[in-house]
Amino acid sequence: MRLSNRNSSSGSAAPAAMLAALIVIMVAATVYVFAANPFPSRPPAAITSVGLLVDHQYFLTLCVTGTVFILSQLGLAYAIWRFRDRGQAAHFTRGNNTMEMIWTTATIVLFLGLGLMGRKAWAEVRFTPAEANAVQVEVTTNQFVFNFRYPGPDGQFGRLDPTQVSASTGNPLGLDPKDPAGKDDIVVPTLTVPVDHQIELLIRSQDVIHNFYVRELRLQQDAVPGMVIPIHFTANQIGHYEIMCTQLCGLGHYRMRSFLDVVSEADYQNFLKQQGASQ
Amino acid sequence: MSSHAHTGHAVVVEPSGFIRKYIFSIDHKVIGIQYFLLALTAVCVGIVLSLLMRFHLVYPGAHLPLVSGGIMTPEQYLALVTMHGTIMVFFVLTTAPQGGFGNYFLPIQIGAPDMAFPRLNMLSFWVTFLAFVAIIAAFVVPGGAPISGWTGYTPLSGMGEVTGPGEGMGQTLWIVSISLFCLASLLGALNFIATTIDLRAPGMTLFRMPLTVWGWFVTAILGLLAFGVLLAGGILLLLDRSAGTSFFLPAGLVVNDQLQPHSGGSPLLWQHLFWFFGHPEVYIAILPGMGVASHVLSTFSRKPVFGYRAMAMALCAIGFLGFMVWGHHMFLSGMSPYSGFAFSVLTMSIGVPSAIKTFNWIGTLWGGKIQFKSPMLFALGFVSLFVSGGLSGLFLAQPAVDNMLHATYYVVAHFHLVMGVAAIFGIFSATYFWFPKMFGRMMSEPLAKIHFWFTFVGAYCIFMPMHFVGLAGGIRRYADATGTTYAGVLQPVHMFMTYAAFITGAAQLIFLFNFFWSLKHGAIAGKNPWNATTLEWITDSPPPIDNFGGDYPSVYRGPYEFSVPGYRQDFIPQNLTPEQAALLK
Repeated sequence: MRLSNRNSSSGSAAPAAMLAALIVIMVAATVYVFAANPFPSRPPAAITSVGLLVDHQYFLTLCVTGTVFILSQLGLAYAIWRFRDRGQAAHFTRGNNTMEMIWTTATIVLFLGLGLMGRKAWAEVRFTPAEANAVQVEVTTNQFVFNFRYPGPDGQFGRLDPTQVSASTGNPLGLDPKDPAGKDDIVVPTLTVPVDHQIELLIRSQDVIHNFYVRELRLQQDAVPGMVIPIHFTANQIGHYEIMCTQLCGLGHYRMRSFLDVVSEADYQNFLKQQGASQ
Repeated sequence: MSSHAHTGHAVVVEPSGFIRKYIFSIDHKVIGIQYFLLALTAVCVGIVLSLLMRFHLVYPGAHLPLVSGGIMTPEQYLALVTMHGTIMVFFVLTTAPQGGFGNYFLPIQIGAPDMAFPRLNMLSFWVTFLAFVAIIAAFVVPGGAPISGWTGYTPLSGMGEVTGPGEGMGQTLWIVSISLFCLASLLGALNFIATTIDLRAPGMTLFRMPLTVWGWFVTAILGLLAFGVLLAGGILLLLDRSAGTSFFLPAGLVVNDQLQPHSGGSPLLWQHLFWFFGHPEVYIAILPGMGVASHVLSTFSRKPVFGYRAMAMALCAIGFLGFMVWGHHMFLSGMSPYSGFAFSVLTMSIGVPSAIKTFNWIGTLWGGKIQFKSPMLFALGFVSLFVSGGLSGLFLAQPAVDNMLHATYYVVAHFHLVMGVAAIFGIFSATYFWFPKMFGRMMSEPLAKIHFWFTFVGAYCIFMPMHFVGLAGGIRRYADATGTTYAGVLQPVHMFMTYAAFITGAAQLIFLFNFFWSLKHGAIAGKNPWNATTLEWITDSPPPIDNFGGDYPSVYRGPYEFSVPGYRQDFIPQNLTPEQAALLK
């Protein structure tokens, strides 16, 4: 092979054609996967009305960025092919202020508009507090498990005392036995909630930062030690869903999972009764 | 404007001893090459780590070389995640474009004999080197390398080995390394800023500076403001771990049923400090690449940069806005949702100067006479990758959408394309472009082209499918995702990405061979092999110790005078007087 440099102005056609073609193929393949979903490439269907808002905002963003993506990549590919060195003289220009104004204004309107429109799906969950009659469940995380606590028939969570935490003896949350409000508290490793009823989760962590994520809820929230973070949702589909930790929390991070069971009101009452009796 | 360059410097004499010439050199060119070689070493380590990770993701039970015990444990996987990220972000993406090429070419491009503070420059490099030694040492200490990711979120990183293997000595070394790196980068940033402001040649006004210099200058300002904050954070974290303080640790922490003796701190404080640095860091990695792309696109299109002033202003705007968007990493951290929304709108607005840059790059090509030399191919690849990686940021910038994409492979795809691969394409473009100037010889163009095709196709094959894995719900930083209900079915896609990664990784050997082969066997370059206009091309290749052999240039025109109508030659160097230029008509 000859490794030395050849310094000629001809020979632009092959690299120009190849690079332009590769960019076009890349764009086509990307559009194809988005449109045809040949392998799992979309999240499962949302089970909350807020989730549908999130999906809508996602789709809107996909349309805007998709258009910009296709136009600028194809524009690049076209320029690469059209203006390859064929011995012509380059067209001298230093720029064009009108065009700078047009694309600056266009992107401000498009990008900021998109950002402002995204407010609704965010505000529904995060700006408004839960309703007064929401079912409250406390979520406690530690390396590498979730625990879910229901307040029991009295509607009151019992006091927690970090000095009494002892997962090995069956008190992973450190429930203070002296507090009567804690006597009927239900602590379980999976989350069971009634369908079509607002749920408020109070998310906390005992050790490092974890996360509560259910794809079908389109809801993700870090669990931060020292904080109790409330989030709320209303699931409208009975089913069995995976809860995952998405915040790097240590060597068992990958297996830190639990499940969300959305059940009928009757099944939910049964669940409370059974758990209440067994604890 | 300054006349220092002409009068303020004593005659520079080349040191004769090996140590003063090549090891503890105060010549910015030698230091630039030292930074470059450090980054080259680091990138080799970083790539090996990523290939081990990719292999483990598809063959979790397989025996691996370089892994103690043979089969990779979850903590070993997380150590790879942490070390790959740390080494790549700090010792490659920050070190090569700024420390390497910035050091070498900023003084020459503005017509200066050296940096403003040559000894400080030497100190910057050697402190960076120490930082690299410290991070590599983390592999071999008891407990191994840290597992808390390149972001080192506390409490995981703040309590010592109770939270996991690698969180003892390994994490301490990580903090020491990062703090040293911050210190070195602060000194470097000061030097770059002082040099750009004070040592410009007569006539080199701000708006006659090459866009590469604009890139390094704005990057240095970001570095000055950002690294100090991480340095403070690093010191506080070290105190939490070793002196019993609780800056980042709240009361009531229980690990393994043991109550920890801390109270009063906030884990979110670390995240604010980290990302106040961490987001500008993204721009520290990419702004020099943007400068190189503009420079190279103009040179090989034989056209002035389209909208030069808009490009310089957009660099400044990105730098400025870059300090106001760190909260977009924390939408779901427990930070106020109102702050989250404000950060979201600010983040969307940073798309505006980014789009201005993209449109101007295409504008520079438009009507040009494009020559597909290897630096140009990588600059064109940079534009394509920057567009692809940048646009996915518009999803992540919206907290509502972040609810479904945060911590998935979608994020990994996004930042690898835009600040990883695009920035690396900037580095490759710079290497192929300036190698002739640095070493006096050309790199092999056929090998460079093969390297480009493999790397361009490979980068897309690795990172484009990764978006879909994330959309389907694949979570990042999982040592083994086969147990999850959704991620298991994504294994064939992971398999494809792993094969692409190995092929692309192997293709980098072509670059390494070309680099070292061309040092000895490349064709002699001459002063100006690309017919370029800026000041580095008027001096010898490689430049003499004082850069211009005592004959310091004055500057009479902007940096991108290509194909000016009425001239016989299609480039007019910046140092030609109007009379000299008139002879070219």
